[in-house]
Amino acid sequence: MKLIAAMSGGVDSAVAAARAVEAGHEVIGVHLALSSNPQKYRSGARGCCTIEDSHDARRAADVIGIPFYIWDMAEEFHENVVENFLSEYAGGRTPNPCLRCNEKIKFAAVLDRARGLGYDGVVTGHYAQMFETELGRTMHRAVDPAKDQSYVLAVLNTEQLAGAHFPLGDTVKDEVRIEAKRRGLYVANKPDSHDICFVPSGDNAGWLRERLGSDVGPILDQDGNKLGEHKGAYTYTVGQRRGLGISVPTAGGEARYVLKIEPKSNTVVVGNHESLAVIKIVGDRPIWCGPAPVSGSKYPGLAQIRAHGSPLACTYSHDGIEISVELDEPLYGLATGQGLVIYDGNRVVGSATVSHTE
Amino acid sequence: MTIYLDHAATAPINGAAIEALNAQMRKVGNASSLHNPGRSIRKDVEDARHALSELVGAAPSEIIFTGSGTEANNLAIKGFFWQSPERNVIVTSAFEHHAILDPIEWLVEHESAEQILIPITRAGLIDLDFLKAVVASRAAEIAVISIMHSNNELGAIQPIAEVVNIAREIPVHTDAVQSFGKVEFNFDSLGVTAATISAHKVGGPLGVAALILKRGLDLTPILHGGGQEREIRSGTLNAPAIVAFTAAAQDAIANREENFRKVRHLRDYFISRLQVILPDVRINSISDPALPGILNATFPGTESDALLLLLDTEGISASAGSACSAGVPRPSHVLMALGLSESDADASLRLSIGTTNTEKEIDQVLAILPSVVERARNAFVVSELI
Repeated sequence: MKLIAAMSGGVDSAVAAARAVEAGHEVIGVHLALSSNPQKYRSGARGCCTIEDSHDARRAADVIGIPFYIWDMAEEFHENVVENFLSEYAGGRTPNPCLRCNEKIKFAAVLDRARGLGYDGVVTGHYAQMFETELGRTMHRAVDPAKDQSYVLAVLNTEQLAGAHFPLGDTVKDEVRIEAKRRGLYVANKPDSHDICFVPSGDNAGWLRERLGSDVGPILDQDGNKLGEHKGAYTYTVGQRRGLGISVPTAGGEARYVLKIEPKSNTVVVGNHESLAVIKIVGDRPIWCGPAPVSGSKYPGLAQIRAHGSPLACTYSHDGIEISVELDEPLYGLATGQGLVIYDGNRVVGSATVSHTE
Repeated sequence: MTIYLDHAATAPINGAAIEALNAQMRKVGNASSLHNPGRSIRKDVEDARHALSELVGAAPSEIIFTGSGTEANNLAIKGFFWQSPERNVIVTSAFEHHAILDPIEWLVEHESAEQILIPITRAGLIDLDFLKAVVASRAAEIAVISIMHSNNELGAIQPIAEVVNIAREIPVHTDAVQSFGKVEFNFDSLGVTAATISAHKVGGPLGVAALILKRGLDLTPILHGGGQEREIRSGTLNAPAIVAFTAAAQDAIANREENFRKVRHLRDYFISRLQVILPDVRINSISDPALPGILNATFPGTESDALLLLLDTEGISASAGSACSAGVPRPSHVLMALGLSESDADASLRLSIGTTNTEKEIDQVLAILPSVVERARNAFVVSELI
């Protein structure tokens, strides 16, 4: 096959590209320039948006012996990922920009361009596995549970997954680093990236405050009584307990948690732990990573609501517009806007964006 | 298969230059040392300087060797600017190389210089009337006028003799990096004050170039040290590169007319076939008076980075515009100065033909181009839909 290897400058995508070459594919490396004003050097453990990262990617491509190009996706990234991130927060939701980037950039803009140029698909260093099963080509969790990234890839539909190649899904991270060293890739010891790549400081709350404002507003209890003031509603997350700065103690002395963020009234609502309990989750924009389950039927499965969250036993169903999940045990702290991913064992069934909870 | 069509970026080093480089690298000595080995190296350097000066129509003492064309251009721009503190205007053209535009921009930002850009006509020539008007109104303020001898993306040879006439007493510098060795270039008869030439564009090694500067003139140096080159440029003389530079230049000048005819024929053949195969292609490069081997064309509905990628995977080396420090391709400022829209500039390629290319290679490129353009269009269409 003819494949485009998306190379961030990190160790994973470098080894993934090398493996694709070794598997006999015709591979070219592409680094995505996602920032129109890239910083010169990495600060901290980031990896994808600096000139240093693009040099690292080029160096890796040279060592592997594949052509290398830089694709300017800054505009697409800004429109589809950064602006969406801001508007979701402005709407009181908690988005995951990595999901969005995979859905709109890496496996849409890049994959479409690759196909237009006559290439068959995109190789990335994501940790997930693709198998040919009786259900067709399906996506499964990586063997390394600590690195599994199937959650952030669950926004890819079958057509996108048909062009997606994840050569690292069967390997644990430590072995990938050893392999990188063996292959002479200088990025072997480069730290993993954790933060949101377009928030250079890693201070998400500060970054949001700068862009969405930090108007002071009331912190209310569930009955509407004012308990204190917040410093910008956007910087709070549902389930958050620390940093509320409320001096009025509860009657029972129990801790308070953020239950809800209401951007229109600039209000943060808090309550006790029990009030965070969620037993039913509804998500819209369903995307199926394999065959769609029969509409109206109920299935046993697992739901995951964070990139590294635990899978929760549940029963799920859908009506074509929404996915409904009933959890076996209550979950504490879930914000709208988060990605809801459904698994059948280790197989990714599909995903939706959390729209409301009960 | 590799078909190299990027000679304007750098040309293959020629055999005579490799031999000269090899032989000189086996000799020890610093040309500035007073002992016997030093004197021996000094003789080699001065022989090379002498021979090169005759090839460019200058006196030996007018050759100031530098480490690159970029350095020579920086030395000319900053040197003339700092040399006359009472004059703060620098006049140049809108389609100069970045090695001219960027030092001027730096002087504007840091040294309160004022830049005046001469616009480009649709014929690919600087607007002489504009220049005349600028000189008429600002002559006493202008530190230097720098206009390239020929443009690296369009090939167009500029009316430098007329610039010199208009400038009268104002120093004129010309970046002749693309012209030297390929078209008629004579420092003395042109009458410019300073000119830049570079070895690797004429089959010489990388890492050596020269600023030719009229005798008796001083420039404020940008590198300070031993003062090896007329106290204007410091740094141990790179004897092997200098000797090889001259060897390459001798070869280029000796065969100039024959090379010109050959390369120009290939370019004209390429253009005439291209217009048949892809009728909607628009040719931006200038055919005459021009460098023989520059072909610049717009392929509507494409993006140059896709074209370059696809050509590269087919073994064909071309170029387009320039890239920023992060490697992101940018539309050519030269084509935009010529009046192309940003999207047309972004859909353009430069193919620069050299003496080592053959008609067979051009045929191979022409055979591949339609499918490359089609795939680039497919990729462009999808990227526009996102």
